[in-house]
Amino acid sequence: MAALHGSTSEAIKNNQAQLQKEWLSGLETNGATRNIKEQVLAQETREFLQLLVEGLLSEGGSNLAATGWEGVRRFLEKLSVSRAQLGHDSHQAVYFIFALKGPLFGLLQSHFSDEPARLAEQLWAISELIDGMGMHTIRTFQKTREDVIKRQQEELLELSTPVVKLWDGVLALPLIGTLDSQRSQTVMESLLQRIVDTGSEIAIIDITGVPTVDTLVAQHLLKTVTAIRLMGADCIISGVRPQIAQTIVHLGLDLGTLTTKSNLADALKLALARLGGDIGKQV
Amino acid sequence: MERIPILQMGEFLLVTIQVDMHDQLALTLQEDLTDRISHTSAQGVLIDISALDMVDSFIGRMIASISGLSRIMDAETMVVGMQPAVAITLVELGLTLPGVSTALNVERGMQVLRQRVSRK
Repeated sequence: MAALHGSTSEAIKNNQAQLQKEWLSGLETNGATRNIKEQVLAQETREFLQLLVEGLLSEGGSNLAATGWEGVRRFLEKLSVSRAQLGHDSHQAVYFIFALKGPLFGLLQSHFSDEPARLAEQLWAISELIDGMGMHTIRTFQKTREDVIKRQQEELLELSTPVVKLWDGVLALPLIGTLDSQRSQTVMESLLQRIVDTGSEIAIIDITGVPTVDTLVAQHLLKTVTAIRLMGADCIISGVRPQIAQTIVHLGLDLGTLTTKSNLADALKLALARLGGDIGKQV
Repeated sequence: MERIPILQMGEFLLVTIQVDMHDQLALTLQEDLTDRISHTSAQGVLIDISALDMVDSFIGRMIASISGLSRIMDAETMVVGMQPAVAITLVELGLTLPGVSTALNVERGMQVLRQRVSRK
């Protein structure tokens, strides 16, 4: 790995203001400044240049993993996290670093104008350093985005199992989408918890939105119904479509003592009748 | 030796399990309860397990057998207040306790017991 010459670091240190000006204009023309206030950007670039100089003076090498670059690494991580949260794409985030290449190269060129061999060597070293920083930014950026996706997935799982109160003592759980083991576990837990919290005696599970019922789904349903019964509440399955009824019969599934209704209205009617109430048109 | 108290409320017996059930305790309860039923000729038994947050297959089977034997001694039995975690565990263990009557809490259980006893 090429080492940076002491005079390169000195040159960068002495020309920070100039570098920042060129850097900012480079960022401006390439649209990497979208949604970022001018002030914030100026602050960020100034801070980064200071950290860069500190790193150069203490470390000298272009190996970004070295301890001397700790401050720079931290800054880049913070930067890419904030860019990811602003909704910028990876290109815009990493361009923040790459835009510095131009001004730095210009500076080196004028600094080493009479030593071509040294110029080439120093250009290479700086280029390697900047590339390393870019890579680091991208890596952190991606990780942040992945965290966001993971969090959203969890939220989706939560959202897909809403337990609603239909009537005093009647809970309903409209299921939408395919039931897998993990989801049916979440469904079962949240439904049982709500039964305890509200003291409801009847729970209606509506499977209108479940596209197919296979043996696994039927087993999950049966487990949920049994658990509900063990807790002392009743369960009605509603929204059994004709195709689903046919599948269940063809698969030879035994739904045992399960109460099924073809739609939610009938299930609610039954639930109210069991609770001793009634609902109907006024004559 | 530690025992689970059995309280008499009119013609019903109330068993509240407040401690962690271990095997010996369950067996003692079984004996005590049958003694008390024959002694007081109780009409119904209410077993409150709302404080029970862990079960194994033995305790699960014990609950079933306690309710079975008090039914043979002509006392209606209800298991009330089972926690969601306990219900899920029992289902996963394959213990669906067929024939055991359940209710959400003591109040509801008592209501159902009264109805059944008055119908007799």
